[in-house]
Amino acid sequence: MNTTGDSLMLSASGLIKNYGSGTGLTRAVDGVDLDVVAGESVAVMGPSGCGKSTLLHLLGGLDRPSAGTIKLAGQRVDQLSERSLARLRRDAVGFVFQAFHLMDELTAIENVELPALLAGRSARFARHRAVGLLDQVGLADRAGHLPSALSGGQRQRVAIARALANEPLVVLADEPTGNLDSEATLDVLRLFDELREAGQTLIVVTHDSRIAATADRLITMRDGVFVDETRLTGGTAGKLGVMAGLEG
Amino acid sequence: MQEVVLALLAKEPSHGYQLRARLRQALGPVGEAMNAGQIYVTLTRLEKAGLVESERAAGLPDRPDRKIYALTAAGNQRVADWLAEVEWPGPAPVEFHLKLVAAAASRLADPLSIVDAQRRELLRRLHEAQRAAMAEPDRSEAGLLLEGLVLRLQADLRWLEACERHWAGRRSTT
Repeated sequence: MNTTGDSLMLSASGLIKNYGSGTGLTRAVDGVDLDVVAGESVAVMGPSGCGKSTLLHLLGGLDRPSAGTIKLAGQRVDQLSERSLARLRRDAVGFVFQAFHLMDELTAIENVELPALLAGRSARFARHRAVGLLDQVGLADRAGHLPSALSGGQRQRVAIARALANEPLVVLADEPTGNLDSEATLDVLRLFDELREAGQTLIVVTHDSRIAATADRLITMRDGVFVDETRLTGGTAGKLGVMAGLEG
Repeated sequence: MQEVVLALLAKEPSHGYQLRARLRQALGPVGEAMNAGQIYVTLTRLEKAGLVESERAAGLPDRPDRKIYALTAAGNQRVADWLAEVEWPGPAPVEFHLKLVAAAASRLADPLSIVDAQRRELLRRLHEAQRAAMAEPDRSEAGLLLEGLVLRLQADLRWLEACERHWAGRRSTT
């Protein structure tokens, strides 16, 4: 898809990621093109092993592609040095993982302020920002708790606050609700929805159609390639009554 | 719809607008598709069928929302029967299934493109239902209904995946 007029936030072209070699060669990502405009929320849905997590890792600079190009806000990022790549992951990308990946020995607020401290911001700035973010995710009263004293849903909300610490260009989430019950899932989805409305560019990969369906655009992935794409917003709406069997 | 209106009346005799308000509360955004006059049309039909009787408040003009409706004995029995029925509402997958079978047999259409089109439609519906569910306050009755819609759409989508596997397999063996 080519977009003109809207500014491209993230753009991947001819993306390939191979594992192994010779007869053991696996193409986890097998020629993917993806354009995401600023402020868009995109879901990539597919069964486990379809390559969606690998794709997310490539997009966020956690892994390097075997071939193809990736541009973030117009800058090539697929050939950066290790050092630049680390800076990119810290400053320009916010990650949210299924298993939260919080630092167990740090409190909620210390987890959230860590990225700003690593980016060289003052302790005072980092704390101020972390307080605001914890408030935004509804956990102002849990700031001093260790992750072990928080529920799964609360831990993921801390992780989301942490992902936002350096005002990333794009938030990348990998099965963000995979470890959560339905109530906590709804909390996380509501939070993502608030981010979307605030204009945050968001890419979520999931096997769960319910999570994927909250995005503006949904891409279906199988065996390393995109096989279908559906724009979910701006189409026909007002079908709740039909779905419930009240009419139609 | 008829049984629903009857069941709402089972609690106590009511005005039509009271029934509408009760339905709106139970259905939330789902009920927005309902025509405002639908309750009155249904009440009139039920009255003709002898399941409901109405009484007009004295001295007021003869408008449907001035009447108080109550169940007749037959209406009461119908509600009891309806509540005892074990039936899961909603469209059966039979029609869609037969459409794929017919498309494949006649070669007039590709079953896989039919499945794709259906999946896109269901995903758009899931999007709408999920966004509506997220907008509901915790523990709302309407939120519970929306949860039901979401879960059913997810089940339908999983069945579409099975359809896709089946018809893709058929295509590769012929």
